[in-house]
This record gives sequence, C-alpha cells and structure tokens, in this order.
Amino acid sequence: MSYFSDIYKGIKTLLTGMSVTGGYFIRARKGAITQQYPDNRETLKMFDRFRGEVVMPHNADNRHYCTGCQSCEIACPNGSIEIIWDRAVDPTTGKKKKKIDKHIYHLSMCTMCGLCIEACPTDAIVWAPNFENSVYDRSTLTKILNQPGSSVLDGIED
Amino acid sequence: MTDQQLQNKIKTEEYFINMGPQHPAAHGVLRLILTIDGEIIKNVEPDLGYIHRSIEKMCERDSYQQIVHLTDRMDYLSSHINNEAVCLAVEKGLEIEVSDRVKVIRTIIDELTRIASHCLWWGVMGMDLGALTSYFYAFRDREMINDIFEETCGARLTMNYNVPGGLMFDIHPNFVKRTKDFIAQFKTKIPEYNRLLTDNVIFHKRTKGVGILTREDAISFGVSGPTARASGFSSDVRKHHPYSAYDRVDFKEILFTEGDTFARYQVRMMELWESISIIEQLIDNIPEGEIKAATKAVIKLPKGEFYQRVETARGELGVYINSAGNKNPYRVKFRSPGFSNLSVLNHISKDVLIGDLVATMASFDFVIPDIDR
Repeated sequence: MSYFSDIYKGIKTLLTGMSVTGGYFIRARKGAITQQYPDNRETLKMFDRFRGEVVMPHNADNRHYCTGCQSCEIACPNGSIEIIWDRAVDPTTGKKKKKIDKHIYHLSMCTMCGLCIEACPTDAIVWAPNFENSVYDRSTLTKILNQPGSSVLDGIED
Repeated sequence: MTDQQLQNKIKTEEYFINMGPQHPAAHGVLRLILTIDGEIIKNVEPDLGYIHRSIEKMCERDSYQQIVHLTDRMDYLSSHINNEAVCLAVEKGLEIEVSDRVKVIRTIIDELTRIASHCLWWGVMGMDLGALTSYFYAFRDREMINDIFEETCGARLTMNYNVPGGLMFDIHPNFVKRTKDFIAQFKTKIPEYNRLLTDNVIFHKRTKGVGILTREDAISFGVSGPTARASGFSSDVRKHHPYSAYDRVDFKEILFTEGDTFARYQVRMMELWESISIIEQLIDNIPEGEIKAATKAVIKLPKGEFYQRVETARGELGVYINSAGNKNPYRVKFRSPGFSNLSVLNHISKDVLIGDLVATMASFDFVIPDIDR
C-alpha cells in the first residue's frame, strides 16, 4: 500500500514544485533582473559609493588637493600606493613645502578596502565607479594619479 | 555453489579516491581523501592547504585598522560579521563604547549578511542534491541584499564597512527603504522555497536520517552554529553572549534534536525568519548618534590578551588578539567555525554512501577559505 502512496506523494510534491517554476515560466518577463551587460553600458549606473578604483580629481586649472602627507601610503595594507615627493619653495611665503612628484597607485595590488580614502585629510583621492579593469598588460594597472604638470591648490594644508 | 561460498570467493578491496580539490560539491578547494569499499565510505580524510593565505601571520604585520579587511577574505559569505568580530575585540582592548547607532546598524547588516549567506547555502544545497532551480532563485533574492550592501558599503562581498570604533561612514539614505522592500519581498519567497524544495519527497529521501550527528559528538568536536543547533546543542553566541544590539531584540534560538541533514536544513530555513524578525525590530528606529568613536590614527592596544566571539552564518567565530603594546598585534588567532565543523565529518560519514556524504557536506555549509585561512 505504501508503494502507491509513495507514488502519489512523489507526483504531488513534483507538481507542487512545478507550480512554482511554472508560475515563473508564465510571468517570466515581469520580474527579470538579468542585466544585458555589454549592451547597456550607456545606461548602466553604478552606486555612488561603489569602489571601483582610486582616482585623484583635478580641477580645470590642473590643480589637485594632495599635499603629499603620505597618510594614504601608511594606511594602505598592501603597498598599493607609493608617493614620490619633493620639497619646493613656495613662491608666496618663501618657505619650503612638501609637494608630490608622483602619486603611484598599483591597481593590481589594491583590495578596495577604502582605508586610504578614509585616511586622506584633504579628500584628494576618491573612489571612481570604473569596473572594467581587465587589461592585456599588467603594467598598465600601475597608474600615476596626479596629472603631468599639476600642482596642489593654494591653501590646502593637512 | 551456495551463496556463502560465493561470498567468500568474492574479495572486496578498499581503495581511495580524491573528492576535490576541484569537486563541484565541495564549494571550493577542499580535498577529501575517501577510503571506500565499493560505494561505502570507510574513512574521510580532509586535506587542507589549497587556499592557505596565512591571514593570521599577515595580521601580525598589519595595524589594527588593516587587519579588518583581511577578515573579509576568510568567510567571505559573512564578511561583515568577521569584520565586526575584529572591531569588537579591538574596541574591547581600547575600552571604548560605540554608540547605539553603530550597534544597531551593525546588527542589521549582520542579519542581512546572514540571510544572504543562508540564501546562497539554500541554492547550493539544492544544486548539490540535483535541484538546479533553487540555485537561480536563491541568487535572484540574494541580489537584492548585495545591492543594499553595494549602495551603503561600496562593495558587494568584501565590504570592510567596520572600523575599530564604529563604521567607516553613515548608512546611505536609501538603506532603510531598500531593506524594508527586501524584507517585504523576501517574506513571500520563503514559502516558495518550501514548496520548491523543502516539501519535495526526493529531497526528504536524500536528507532524512542521513549524516546523523548526536548532541554529545557535536559538543565534543566543538561544532557550532546551525549545525550544532540541529543536534540540540544550544550554542548561539547571539543568545548566550550578546554583542552589539542582540541583547535588545527578541528572537528564538532554533533547536532541533534529530541531528540529521534535514534538521540542519530546517534550522537554517527557520533562521531566515528569525533574521527577518530581528531586522524588523530594529529597522524602524535606528537611534541617532555618532558613527565613529574617536580613535587615534595609530591604534595601540594595551599589553594583554583580548578575545571576542560572534555568531557568523556558519557558527562561532572567535578572534584572539595577543598584544605586546605595539601598533601591530603580537599574535592573532581566528577560531573559525568551518574548521571545527569539518573535523566531525569523518566521524559521521563512516559506512555511508558517497551520495550521502555530498548531502551531509551541503548541509554543513562549508566555506573553504574560512577553514584554511
């Protein structure tokens, strides 16, 4: 007798499960969340806090906020940030002031922990929502964040 | 020739096969050396080391703020809870009290993490037992939690949202609304999960009475989490040693006594409801307060030992910090739930079929980087 009841139970639970999948089969289009990724590049918008890569924003005059204090370099757990800095005489005050020569960022070593951006006292570096980071040559992932010829904005102190 | 004579004539021989390190049912690079006789398992020997990254040693190199992001990479499905464990241990050492707002936000995100982890486990368990649909449904619902995390923390999996002393930044303005939307939607999905998989008769036959873990064994092997609670061992750290905001919410500790694969399945399914109830109690009144307690830029813990345990989605995670008073810890040890849970696998898998071992492993919910660290 249990043989037949087993068959009955088996078919019943099979149909119960299939009613769920069948329901989705009928209204599949409504709740679809599949992203048509490479085709929707124009409309794809990442969240504003998304951690893609570290960038240094420059204003129109090619000035940035980085004073070269090296807080980010110290905060980084895996040595992704290297700052090559120099001292230059400030023309207005005549004092020697620290300035960055190169702010080198190794994207290939970055774990996106966000500690450098937390540590930055002047918000000179921020997250950018770029995520297409695959390249053919690993060396292209080593980036110099300050643009050539750029300098720190006047009045930025850490 | 009689049957007895025939039996004596056929010799069986034990031999070994490797299950893993690239086995789809092992969820990672876990190698199990199975000694089998026909299809009957005689011995299970886990072989670790394929994803060892020496996280504990790296912690000795890093400052206390930097340790936190390494724990993301241990049990990546409950990364926020791991982060919190380290932060709580450091806060214990510094003797700072975080604000109520931080506590509540941490608890809400903990429970969201737990739901996401259990969701993924449910899908993968179904897939291990041959039900591919569950995998897609689970990932669909988990996607909403990942969106919440991405919007608030900036990352979907390795969030690193906790810092010693609080949180990195405040929650996103959309956080509350999105969480409520998710809860409302997810409540309709769990009955669907039950109809699809829990009530299925094939699923019952694969799981009931398979891989029975007794309460005594669970205690003596140090098993924790839902796996232990399915054997009737009340081991919920949230209940017995409340941290963050768990002392102000009302929730049940799910206990089953059967100890088989189906009981472990049911514990996790019912924990989903408990997590939902915890979030619902907290989400409407997140207190105001500071997001980050003032800490020095270079944190130095006083000389001594600090231990903090939390309940991750897999069980009890303990963080032990031995400080010599410097900016780096002298020694850090993680007591990971997966490692202790794995140790009992051989004990309960003797004389079962290989297929049953797969079902048992699925119900244990192993995350291999957590075992290996």
